[in-house]
Amino acid sequence: MTPSVLAGLTGAALVGLGLYGLILHPHPLRKLLAFNLIGSGVFLVFGIVARRGAAAGFRFDPVPQAMVITGIVVAFAASAIAVALILRLSVESSHVTLDPEVWTKPNGGDTK
Amino acid sequence: MAELATTTPGGYLLVLAILLPVVGMILSFTPGGRNAERVALCSTPFGFALAVAIAFHVSRAGKPIVYAVGGLPPPLGIALRADGISAVMLVAAAVIVAAAGFYGRAKFATPDGVREGRASLTFWIMLQAIWAALNIIFVGGDLFNLYVALELLTFAAVPLVCIDGRAETIAAALRYLLFALFGSISYLLGVALFYGAHGTLDISLLAQRVQATPVIWMAAALMTCGLLAKTALFPLHLWLPPAHANAPAAASAVLSGLVVKGSFFLTLRLWFYVLPALAADKAAIVLGCLGSAAIIAGSIIALRQARLKLLIAYSTVAQIGYLFLVFPLAAGAQTWSAIGWSAGVMQILAHAFAKAAMFFSAGLLAEALGHDQIAKLGGAARVLPLTFLTIALGGLSLMGLPPSGGFSAKWLMLQASISSGQWLWTLPILAGGLLAAGYVYRILAPALSDDQIMSVSPPKRSQELIALALAAIAIALGFAPQTFFDFLEIGRPVAGQP
Repeated sequence: MTPSVLAGLTGAALVGLGLYGLILHPHPLRKLLAFNLIGSGVFLVFGIVARRGAAAGFRFDPVPQAMVITGIVVAFAASAIAVALILRLSVESSHVTLDPEVWTKPNGGDTK
Repeated sequence: MAELATTTPGGYLLVLAILLPVVGMILSFTPGGRNAERVALCSTPFGFALAVAIAFHVSRAGKPIVYAVGGLPPPLGIALRADGISAVMLVAAAVIVAAAGFYGRAKFATPDGVREGRASLTFWIMLQAIWAALNIIFVGGDLFNLYVALELLTFAAVPLVCIDGRAETIAAALRYLLFALFGSISYLLGVALFYGAHGTLDISLLAQRVQATPVIWMAAALMTCGLLAKTALFPLHLWLPPAHANAPAAASAVLSGLVVKGSFFLTLRLWFYVLPALAADKAAIVLGCLGSAAIIAGSIIALRQARLKLLIAYSTVAQIGYLFLVFPLAAGAQTWSAIGWSAGVMQILAHAFAKAAMFFSAGLLAEALGHDQIAKLGGAARVLPLTFLTIALGGLSLMGLPPSGGFSAKWLMLQASISSGQWLWTLPILAGGLLAAGYVYRILAPALSDDQIMSVSPPKRSQELIALALAAIAIALGFAPQTFFDFLEIGRPVAGQP
């Protein structure tokens, strides 16, 4: 098994694990962590793609690497927004949940 | 294909169309406070003029106009391209953003003597950010560039949902953000696979190179899945109703009318511009089935809503379903594909204007009556005649009654499905129209009754007129001449001939 294949499989596994967590964990913070796991998997796949430049005589292809850096910045910004929203939600309300039913119930919301 | 890679006359307008709202954002941010409103409102006429100028150039050239950023042609550089649908969407976005800005003044203006608030500043900056992101999506020619635009769009839209800071709206915004993040990361993985397979992300270069290999199918599936989550196609629509119904009316109109169209526009680009070489009949049928399910389920849930804004939000879920019927109806190079294509674009436009008008009206109504419970609307049309006229006109277009943009869209869809022999698609189209009539009736019938109702505060005439103007555009689209549909064809790749 070449290092590329190994890294590709690891990326796929990270994406799979992250997707599982994103769908199944009810808490938003865990969902966010799962999203970051998917992100790591995707960036790893970009890394493998960058190695393909080696076939053309380069040591690596710089374009996917530039994309990974942009992607990391975007994922970081997204995580920051999500964390800010989660923090704000925990300040505004006693329970941090994404269940929309909580807010429409007559006794839901803050008057638990 | 060289003409798709070098700057054409008028190409610089595309850069200006993107730069204008971005500069506006920075200008709003630096002096801040009440200046943000001035900057945002002053930039809207210029943005509209730019969009019209782009449309003029595209129509005169008869082919897409291109700008190669930095003078570097793809695959090394990034190209901006505007074809018929880009130009039309640029104009529509400029109109709706301007309308939302002037409508939003009632809530987010900071007159002299009033303390500057954070909510207003956020509104004006995010409105321009949404505009900038949409313009990049409409003219972007590079899949990775479009990914960044898609993220910008999300980051601008999410704060608008929770602008008033109630726990309920923050939860809705968070749900929206998580769905959108899943969507964008899935799209990004698809981009990685495209680059790995063909070494370029330029749309027109990819269109020449793609073959139906497993990698390309996987990439297409991942990107489509991500875009569906962002477009809120059934069954990935769960985030949309709470997010759109809880935002302030000016923001809801932009979110429902434009933001979901941004990701749909990319889905169109992906399947019709990047992948015309793929024999995608089965994929198109899957998308069509999901669209049909969205029409039926969205309309039925809309019928059961107690709050007006939630009803309108579920109606968005249903109307998005119609958009996805484009994939089976405009596929291939048959004569009916052009009809299906026109129908899809017409549906985007008609829904954008009608839905923005309806959200504006719902906001006015909630402001005037102090609530938006449908059960308590008895006699409201007496108090708010103009607002209910707007709701009725918007509803006309949503139902697809002639003459309206919604009618043209659905009529063309029916024509395309009959002449392509895919008559099964006529069932959801017709059923959706009936169900839409049902939920519009639910709003109008009690409002037109004889009951007495007290308004808390009279509505602002200027806001009512803005909403009415948008509804009138949705109706006027029904009178679009053939030249308009010819314009939409500019730059549409036809399968088999690049």
